[in-house]
Amino acid sequence: MSQQSEPIIRVRGLTVAFGERTVLEGLDLDVRRGEVLGVVGASGTGKSVTLRAIVGLVPVQAGSIEVLGVDMRRSSDAERAAVEERWGILFQQGALFSSLTVKQNVQVPLREHLDLDEELLDQVARLKIAMVGLKPDAGDKFPSELSGGMIKRAALARALALDPDIVFLDEPTSGLDPISAGEFDQLIRNLQHTLGLTVFMVTHDLDSLASICDRIAVIGDKKVLVAGSLNDMLTYDHSWVRAYFCGPRARGIAAAVG
Amino acid sequence: MAAFTYTVDGSRALLEAQGPWTIDHAADIDSALRALSPDLSRLKHVDIAVGSAERIDTTGAWLLVRTRAAFQSAGLDATIKDASADRQTLIEAVAARAPAPLPAPPVPRPIADALAETGAQARQTGRDVVEVVGFLGEVAAGLWRIALDPRRLRLISIVTHIERAGLQALPIVMLISFLIGAIIAQQGAFQLRRFGAEVFVVNLVGILVLREVGLLLAAIIFAGRSGSAYTAEIGAMKMREEIDALRVIGLNPIEILVIPRLIALVISLPLVTVASNFAALLGGLVACWLYLGIDPPVYIDNLRQAVTVAHLQVGLIKAPFMAMIIGIIACVEGLKVQGSTDSLGRHTTASVVKAIFMVIVLDGIFAIVFASLNI
Repeated sequence: MSQQSEPIIRVRGLTVAFGERTVLEGLDLDVRRGEVLGVVGASGTGKSVTLRAIVGLVPVQAGSIEVLGVDMRRSSDAERAAVEERWGILFQQGALFSSLTVKQNVQVPLREHLDLDEELLDQVARLKIAMVGLKPDAGDKFPSELSGGMIKRAALARALALDPDIVFLDEPTSGLDPISAGEFDQLIRNLQHTLGLTVFMVTHDLDSLASICDRIAVIGDKKVLVAGSLNDMLTYDHSWVRAYFCGPRARGIAAAVG
Repeated sequence: MAAFTYTVDGSRALLEAQGPWTIDHAADIDSALRALSPDLSRLKHVDIAVGSAERIDTTGAWLLVRTRAAFQSAGLDATIKDASADRQTLIEAVAARAPAPLPAPPVPRPIADALAETGAQARQTGRDVVEVVGFLGEVAAGLWRIALDPRRLRLISIVTHIERAGLQALPIVMLISFLIGAIIAQQGAFQLRRFGAEVFVVNLVGILVLREVGLLLAAIIFAGRSGSAYTAEIGAMKMREEIDALRVIGLNPIEILVIPRLIALVISLPLVTVASNFAALLGGLVACWLYLGIDPPVYIDNLRQAVTVAHLQVGLIKAPFMAMIIGIIACVEGLKVQGSTDSLGRHTTASVVKAIFMVIVLDGIFAIVFASLNI
């Protein structure tokens, strides 16, 4: 939260292209330890691609990505694996394994990385499920039996299974009604406080930005246009940024800034 | 290094957490805690000190909370102390959401469970039959609507499915039929040679292929190739709510998805069966030539005398019925798919197994009917 804390993720000169189409070019971005960073941008500008490039799901043409001090593009598999244990990812559609129950989904990373006995595995999984605000009986349900909000919570429980340092959230509140979205924001904020998480959040939700983000980065024109506090956004001179933060849908922002 | 020290001073015990209390050390901490056997009769107070723990995450906090609860349920006065504000928040958050102990698992009853399972399977089979009959009704109603208004027939879709299910299946069906035809002729030759009746190999191959084998091979390959594809296609559409989307747009999924596939199968299977027959007879020709020295012109001449058009008709008349049963089972199973990938896999397997089984059953029924009619 302090402005001086060291960056936990440092991206320099990131370039991503799919065939002929360059999506990102020379993108620089820092995420500081313990902050909630909101990444915004128009649809198709590469917000999700940035997230996926950092976690290694899309091939990167150029640039460096440092997470927890490890260069993700040049380090050995073992070093990368050690970093991967320390982050959790909430995918846009949840990406829960549909053939496993919620509890088994939460246990997947635990079983893969640790050697815990069944009783402790069960207790840890049920604790995580309770911490994201799901009822105990949700643990034995299959993803197809859950509502949209419950899927997001279950996916968050899986992302938090290994007590990560960093959580990546890809549009966590999309598809939720405003009340559930507000509750989910609050949940993320509470967990971030309690567990000391660093949160990298791709979002479209102006209310999330106003209520829980410490810093905001705007992606456009294949790079980060501006990164800073909400007030910095309001004074920044760029047509899209202005339209986004000062437009008719930004009433919540205006209220938050006062 | 041990995860904690445990010291007793009179009626007061001190459990001091040390080192990292995190999930990657949880297994060791857990087993060390379980090994702890405090003398409960003498103790009154237990202090759990967390001041010297290096790091605590949710799992570590849970182990602390669980230990405190265990002491408390033994009637002791247990407290967690020396926690910094951050740790206090975490421990309280975890304590507030501590999972309740699991209910005892039900006692296994092997005989009763086996009986219950058998009963459930029987009821499921009954429901399957009702479902297929109901589905047949829906298809009939759809066909009737199409007959009244022929513009509803999806010609392009039918042609596409004929290409995929029929034309593209030709090479594999013909290859397998060729091999099976050759094998029947070769094995027949070895057996019949003992009676000096090698020439009747041609009759054996001709009648067997035209009445049964050509069709059965084509139908089984259809069940495996097209039946599984139809179940997977319709099942994936069901999972992604595309079927529901069709319904709300006012389109009937039976008309759009099922009828074109059924018609395509009913048209393709007899045609592919003819090709399969030719390939199997050709396989017989090659085997007779190699093993018995029957020249191709002689083989063809003998074949002419051995088989009649009736044999071909007996085979072909069964083809549309088998195509229908393959298509209906595939579509019913596809529409039964639920939300999970697991369910998609289960229903695709069920589709192929049931379709092949029903093809054989149907063939048996036809054989009985034809025998009683002396055909």
